[in-house]
Amino acid sequence: MNYVYDVGALARKDLLLELRARDTLPAMLLFVVATFVVFHFALPAHSSQLAASGLLWVAIIFTALLGLGRAFVPEREQRTLDGLVLAPCDRSAIWLAKAIATFAFLAAAEVVALPVFALFFHGLHPATVGAVALADVGICTVGTFLGAMAVATRARDLLLPLLFLPLAIPIVVGGVGASVVSAPGRYLAFLVLYDAVFGLLCWAAFEYVVTE
Amino acid sequence: MFRVSRLPLPALAAASLVLVTTALALVFFVAPNDADQGFSQRIFYFHVSIAFTAYAAFAFGAWKALRVLWKRDPNADLESYVAIHQGVIFGTLVLLTGSIWAKISWGHWWLWSEDELVLFLVLYLFYCAYFMLRFSVDPGPQRANFSAVYALFGVVLIPISFLAIRIAKSFIHPQVFTLHGPNFGGWILVTYCVAQAALLVFAYTLYRLELTGKRLDIRVRELRLA
Amino acid sequence: MLTARKLGKRYGDKRVLRGIDLDVALGDVAVVTGPNGSGKTTLLRICAGLALPTDGEISVDVTRAGIGYLAHEPLVYRELTALENLEMYGRLYRVAERRERIGMLLERFGLWEVRHDRVASYSRGMTQRLALCRVLLHDPQLLVLDEPFTALDEAGAALLDAQLAELRGERTLLVSTHEPDRIAPLTTMRLALT
Repeated sequence: MNYVYDVGALARKDLLLELRARDTLPAMLLFVVATFVVFHFALPAHSSQLAASGLLWVAIIFTALLGLGRAFVPEREQRTLDGLVLAPCDRSAIWLAKAIATFAFLAAAEVVALPVFALFFHGLHPATVGAVALADVGICTVGTFLGAMAVATRARDLLLPLLFLPLAIPIVVGGVGASVVSAPGRYLAFLVLYDAVFGLLCWAAFEYVVTE
Repeated sequence: MFRVSRLPLPALAAASLVLVTTALALVFFVAPNDADQGFSQRIFYFHVSIAFTAYAAFAFGAWKALRVLWKRDPNADLESYVAIHQGVIFGTLVLLTGSIWAKISWGHWWLWSEDELVLFLVLYLFYCAYFMLRFSVDPGPQRANFSAVYALFGVVLIPISFLAIRIAKSFIHPQVFTLHGPNFGGWILVTYCVAQAALLVFAYTLYRLELTGKRLDIRVRELRLA
Repeated sequence: MLTARKLGKRYGDKRVLRGIDLDVALGDVAVVTGPNGSGKTTLLRICAGLALPTDGEISVDVTRAGIGYLAHEPLVYRELTALENLEMYGRLYRVAERRERIGMLLERFGLWEVRHDRVASYSRGMTQRLALCRVLLHDPQLLVLDEPFTALDEAGAALLDAQLAELRGERTLLVSTHEPDRIAPLTTMRLALT
């Protein structure tokens, strides 16, 4: 219960910060819709509907990267991470709260993006929504974790995509699989496996990312 | 108790030389020709051994990474880094030998249907990012922690990626080429074992060599500082 | 309360601290002085628990919940209001009667009127006063203050003087400062870094 309370207090802060700044969510929305338009021109005449479904996942990953790069910026620029690390709460709560807030914004962007995709590319496989939700969990857990590291390096926003993309490949496989195949069960199960395994790893390891 | 880390480097180098020479001899002169692919298939002996060695290096690197975080072992950070460095070097060789084998056997320099090659490509990208991460942080406890954590992510990624690549097959490419490993038996098995042992010893020798060199660098810097 | 033996800290090639011995008892007011770059901030960070020594050892009798650390940076979010910042810290530190305590501190440090304004709109002095509120919020037993008088104007400094005098005896203070004379009357021990 205490842990949940801490995560709640921190997530509240993260949500407030983003609502106050009001820039990441609009940017993500604009980016994802613009990407769809690019896809239209990138898909030659007789490309299948399946190709478009695959590209949806590319859009999701890169839109998420946009948001993830910003996740720990206030903590880094204003050094407030020290304040959070000093607090008596479990350090993993810092990561979990940030992941939850990022998930909220990614989901908010997708609530608009998915219908737009269905509009542009004539339809959406029903399992896609479930796959997107599961994939978002994986993206946000791993992405915010890596974001906390990236923001502490010299290379900063150059580094996050490099660190994240190899780890995102299984998510894309799970997501695309669920979106195009008629029996998406095992792809959804795979996404659950990914989320569980990497979620656990992030939860256990975050302490070491923010302390010496 | 026999301690591998205490084995003197010259002894290891000598052992490497002997084993690698034996392996080469076995591969090119003793092992029988493969029924389908003939002489060119011999590169497979090295390809598989190098692949296993690379995995072993990444696993060893992850083990040392665990010691960085868990036991706060001061030597473990460098050991982890060098092990992963060796893993990437051997990983490059995996991609090269795999590519050569693919060209010789199937006429293409790259095959998406070869699970192991694709897995290695993903891991290669991952561990290259490891180096970018490491070089982007100043030396110190933070760099050790970041490297260790990322190394652990890598080792978890190996089975997950493997699974992903397998399940991706049903929607990416129809299975056109079948992985055709040689049948084990007789001299083939012996050759594999010798080649594998040779490469493991060789990799460990390189690891110890690089570790010694880096430790010397650090010692010189420390002496200059004090 | 706090004991350090042969404490040393090295960042890669750079040695910042060497051979520090420290014995701070309950109720002490320990003052650390030294020129810029002598490692005062590093020493305080280690005492607060934000960094680990590379040599020697340190033991602190209080848990994280009992430590209050004032850094060079205020450690507050500029995009949030004073109230929102303190509410967050209040929750994390499980401060009893949170609202009342926050109100009391904001008032004491003259920030009650601006409590709903974003910290980005504050002056440096105001931000420093908010940082002091943050540090005192959970009534820590050990206060580690890194140059607390910086950026404070006369009024702010007077508030801090009064606050420190109030804490003397009840709480343990570890303070680094460029003006040791200012808190000379309270000081019980000194450590000069070179």
